[in-house]
Amino acid sequence: MKISCPICGDRDIREFTCMGHASMLNRPDPHAGAKVWNEYLHNRENPAGVIDELWWHGQGCGAWLVVTRNTVTHEILGARLARDVKKEMRDAG
Amino acid sequence: MRFSAFEILKQGLTGNKGWKPHWRSPEPKSHYDVIIVGGGGHGLATAFYLAKEHGITNVAVLEKGYIGGGNVGRNTTIVRANYGLEGNSQFYSHSLKLWENMEADFNFNAMHSQRGIINLFHSDGQRDAFARRGNMMISQGDDAILLDREGVREMLPYLDYEQTRFPIYGGLYHPRGGTARHDAVAWGYARGADMRGVDIIQNCEVQGIDIENGKVVGVQTSKGPIKCGKLGLVTAGRSSQTAAMAGMRLPIESHVLQAFVTEGLKPCVDHVVTYGMGHFYISQSDKGGLVFGGDLDFYASYAARGNLPMVEHVVEAGMTLMPMIGKARMLRSWGGIMDMSPDGSPIIDRTHIDGLYLNCGWCYGGFKAVPGSGFSMAHLMATGNHHAPAEKYRLSRFETGRGLMDEEATGAQHNLH
Repeated sequence: MKISCPICGDRDIREFTCMGHASMLNRPDPHAGAKVWNEYLHNRENPAGVIDELWWHGQGCGAWLVVTRNTVTHEILGARLARDVKKEMRDAG
Repeated sequence: MRFSAFEILKQGLTGNKGWKPHWRSPEPKSHYDVIIVGGGGHGLATAFYLAKEHGITNVAVLEKGYIGGGNVGRNTTIVRANYGLEGNSQFYSHSLKLWENMEADFNFNAMHSQRGIINLFHSDGQRDAFARRGNMMISQGDDAILLDREGVREMLPYLDYEQTRFPIYGGLYHPRGGTARHDAVAWGYARGADMRGVDIIQNCEVQGIDIENGKVVGVQTSKGPIKCGKLGLVTAGRSSQTAAMAGMRLPIESHVLQAFVTEGLKPCVDHVVTYGMGHFYISQSDKGGLVFGGDLDFYASYAARGNLPMVEHVVEAGMTLMPMIGKARMLRSWGGIMDMSPDGSPIIDRTHIDGLYLNCGWCYGGFKAVPGSGFSMAHLMATGNHHAPAEKYRLSRFETGRGLMDEEATGAQHNLH
């Protein structure tokens, strides 16, 4: 598998670490309560199909990416800087 | 038909023409007291113990594929009870005791072989940790022997004792650990359940769960609707999809764990050997193939196959531990779909929906748990009470934070266990 890093281009999967579902970007309010935090920390859609995940380019540029990937075929459909995704989320409120 | 020495002799003298299928292939009835979704090891064991221990025989096991076609046929067949945490240790201890009697229980040879497991250690600190774990196993009533370097060398002369990165200091030997023939475990439980009246229905996919007024009343399947009193979801590997049909989101991510087998060789690896520092473990199957594996690929996957970086890592580790493995040719590799929970421990619990029970989150340790999981799940579904050895496997522990069972202390992330 190769991930196309927006900064470095196509790089081997060995350079990256998967850090879990991209919903991690959507951090709840500290006082949102146990239910909300349980949803955030533990519960997952866990789809058999297309998923957005956080990957860290630790052995490359060090950027955090949101990688879109198919969990059934392992096809990588795209990668964006997590910074940009987070900014869009903020702008959208 | 029961297997016995007499039956084998009789069949041998009459051309082996009298053997019959091990279970029926019934059409589903319109109603069952209990439906189990998932005809893997855990589901079949649940149905078996519902019938055997609780006399509940109006039971169906619905399997979307065929019996033994999922993770129960895709693992490295290791059976052990060497856990340390309160909650895990009594559960796996109970499960190992069931392993020691189950072949007689379901009258089928699962080739359970207590050849012993040796966990290698490579530093003074690791020796202390293993000594502590061994003492925990002994105080649980199981067996553990701490071996020094020479003790290991006597049993495993083929390891590389000269390597400098992870020199072998000794090992924790668990004599009652071992392996079993994995498909035979599924077939044995299927046979045992069927003999007691359970309907095993293959090629029957559950497509919907019917819930009325907060109570489960039946399922929609590829063979039509079926009503039920109680429903057990025992679908590790696909738990998120089955639970979604009941509107639930689970604390589960599915990951791939690869395993490998070489060509058949003469007996050379007599035990199960684990090399934690290298993320490698190995045993030899009864056919002679060396069966080995390593770590997760670390990303979510339903592909049932992994990628080359982990293949390389596992094979490199094998070469550093036992260079003789380089002479063997690898025949096959495959991947199982692991139901990874945030603390690395499973869930056997009821849900907020009346009559709906959940059994999932077995991570990559489900095979050895098959009898214990089935026994405890059956107990919960039949009596409404948690079975003591499995009483800590609650779904609520993630929300409350009380009773988390992180055996390896790696933190609340699904791919770290």
